[in-house]
Amino acid sequence: MRSVSVDLNNDASLLIDIPDALCERDKVKFTVHTKTTLSTFQKPEFSVPRQHEDFIWLHDTLVETEDYAGLIIPPAPPKPDFESPREKMHKLGEGEATMTKEEYAKMKQELEAEYLAVFKKTVQVHEIFLQRLSSHPMLSKDRNFQIFLEYDQDLSVRRKNAKEMFGGFFKNMVKSADEVLISGIKEVDDFFEQEKTFLLDYYSKIKDSTAKAEKMTRSHKSTTWNFFYLFIFLTLKLGKLSDLFEKLRKVEGRVASDQELKLTELLRYYMRDIQAAKDLLYRRARALADYENSNKALDKARLKSKDIPQAEEHQQQCLHKFDKLSESGKRELTGFKGRRVVAFRKNLIEMAELEIKHAKVSNIMTGSHAERTHTLLD
Amino acid sequence: MQPTSLEQLEEEEAKDSFDVDVAVTNPEKVGDGMNAYMAYKVSTRSSLPMFRSKTFSVRRRFSDFLGLYEKLSVKQSLHGCIVPPPPEKSVVGMTKVKVGMDDPSSVEFVERRRAALERYIQRVVSHPSLLQDPDVREFLERDDLPRAVNTQALSGAGFLKMINKASDAVNKMTIKMNESDTWFEDKFQEVENEEQQLRKLHALVDSLVNHRKELCGNTAVFAKSMAMLGNSEDNTALSRALSQLAEVEDKMEQLHQEQAASDFFIFAELLADYIRLLGAVRGCFDQRMRAWQRWQEAQSTLQKKREAEAKLLWANKPEKLQQAKEEITEWEARVTQYERDFDRIGMTVRKEVLRFEKEKAKDFKSQIIKYLEAMLQSQQRLIKFWEAFLPEAKAIA
Repeated sequence: MRSVSVDLNNDASLLIDIPDALCERDKVKFTVHTKTTLSTFQKPEFSVPRQHEDFIWLHDTLVETEDYAGLIIPPAPPKPDFESPREKMHKLGEGEATMTKEEYAKMKQELEAEYLAVFKKTVQVHEIFLQRLSSHPMLSKDRNFQIFLEYDQDLSVRRKNAKEMFGGFFKNMVKSADEVLISGIKEVDDFFEQEKTFLLDYYSKIKDSTAKAEKMTRSHKSTTWNFFYLFIFLTLKLGKLSDLFEKLRKVEGRVASDQELKLTELLRYYMRDIQAAKDLLYRRARALADYENSNKALDKARLKSKDIPQAEEHQQQCLHKFDKLSESGKRELTGFKGRRVVAFRKNLIEMAELEIKHAKVSNIMTGSHAERTHTLLD
Repeated sequence: MQPTSLEQLEEEEAKDSFDVDVAVTNPEKVGDGMNAYMAYKVSTRSSLPMFRSKTFSVRRRFSDFLGLYEKLSVKQSLHGCIVPPPPEKSVVGMTKVKVGMDDPSSVEFVERRRAALERYIQRVVSHPSLLQDPDVREFLERDDLPRAVNTQALSGAGFLKMINKASDAVNKMTIKMNESDTWFEDKFQEVENEEQQLRKLHALVDSLVNHRKELCGNTAVFAKSMAMLGNSEDNTALSRALSQLAEVEDKMEQLHQEQAASDFFIFAELLADYIRLLGAVRGCFDQRMRAWQRWQEAQSTLQKKREAEAKLLWANKPEKLQQAKEEITEWEARVTQYERDFDRIGMTVRKEVLRFEKEKAKDFKSQIIKYLEAMLQSQQRLIKFWEAFLPEAKAIA
């Protein structure tokens, strides 16, 4: 999971991790642990409990901060989703009467493993969000980030206030006007023209790939589950041979989850990251639109000979903002390119190596069983 | 080489007498529309002198196989013989083939049926008593076989109905059998349990096959999407790697397909065969019960005749008395005959069951080995695919 964004958490001045988490019915409580040498913090090491909603609050405040308009804000972590293992747990409860004690125990064990896997995934995705912030020269200094890390009371009160202040207004605007504005703007800068074309196209493709990868991974997992029922049953019929099927199923399960982590999660993460990059392009396009409008207003003011200094002032501000966004944006997008390629490379290599490893293990196990079967079933 | 034990001697003898190999191949559609049917080539290879030559072949259709079963079951099951049941009829599957659809599911259906017919006939000829049956020889050798007519009853459901009807008759018996030898009771219970278990197992394998097919579809769709993403990618080396990944996923889809076919043809069909065969085994136990019942009824009739004779001793009717004495003699003979029949059928059932279990163990073993070998092949190809991809991933810069 860490390889979706390489080079995180390297700077010893601010180290963040989530060493622990608790699952209480529907809510997950993350323990956010910080180790720092920075004087801006009150203590050198501390931990706070945080909920998923707190992370969302932090993300949204960053998005809505004017000063960060020229930055790619790391995508918010997705909500913890225990739907799948919970559903299976429910079915297991219903089917308890028809199973033997052994079967039930084994299935329960498997389900608990799946639960744990989902749990680990959500912890890591929340951790990566924080680590991307701490690795960013500007965002790591954000006041709200500091509050998030340090404030030892319940954040939910602060969260509510923030919501009332911004009312989620900006966020809604972004969602609806996005594509139209970005594609409609007349671009003067080659770099941004290329980036715009690339990102819009790439986003739609990666969104599609993510959805198809998710479907494939789900299929793979349910095949593994099927294999599992089969194994439980084979224990009755084929004794020793069922050992092989159980081992194969475990390996198959690992293949499915490795593929999910290295491929599906990678695609999912970068789909959201590209959306964040698109948001940056949007903000820049907005700034350009504002600048063009301010030019028109200045012309009008000159024509009417009224309020010229204000109009000039406003135009200068818009130009300055636009230039700042462009400069920062160029830096961010170039960094993003490199980051994406490095992450893909790492994950694809790891996935291929794992597939090979698992297949070799399966092959050896199957081979030795095939040999023994000649004497096994006599 | 001198055989060292009686067992070995018997085994070697057995190997020699079963030198019959039958293959069912070349399915061909004959005729058009709803009257069309599939004809299969049935080729026999044998060194046994009872056949007209060492190798020969005929063309047979599905109903011919069913007809053979019908003839055999009428004759042989009365002796307690386990007659292998034929594969099931399928109106849906066959209709699609008749209507001329060339889609993969129709092709799969024909292949499935061909393989099942082959297994069926091979089991028939491997049975020492059935091989001697003239109907079997006629089926293998005769060029123009008269069409079987009573095959409507022999759909899959029909076959089961027949077996269950026999069971019902047995259950309704008023006189309960007092087994001196618990072997039959125990074995029957074993057979029933095993049949149940195999049914469950078959359902699971079926479900696995379906899930694998779904995985195939999803993998193919994903591969296409990955190819599009690769095209969109602006980093050259990464673009290349993503396209290669799409190709690997395509190959994975093929592997999943083959695995699903393997699951099905090797595993699922084996289970389906044995579920039917266990039904046939149950059938011959029921035949033995019927034989016992016949014997008991004859004894009870004999008893009544003796009582009638005793009554007539007091009445003064010499002709009626003579007739009664004759009837007693007749029924005494019958009772003796039925008792002998019952004993004989019991011995046959025992022998048949032991033979069946041996064959079953052999069958399962060889199919499992096949399955494992197919898996090995599949795994090795998978390794090759990913090993070819790895340098592409490493080349990303």
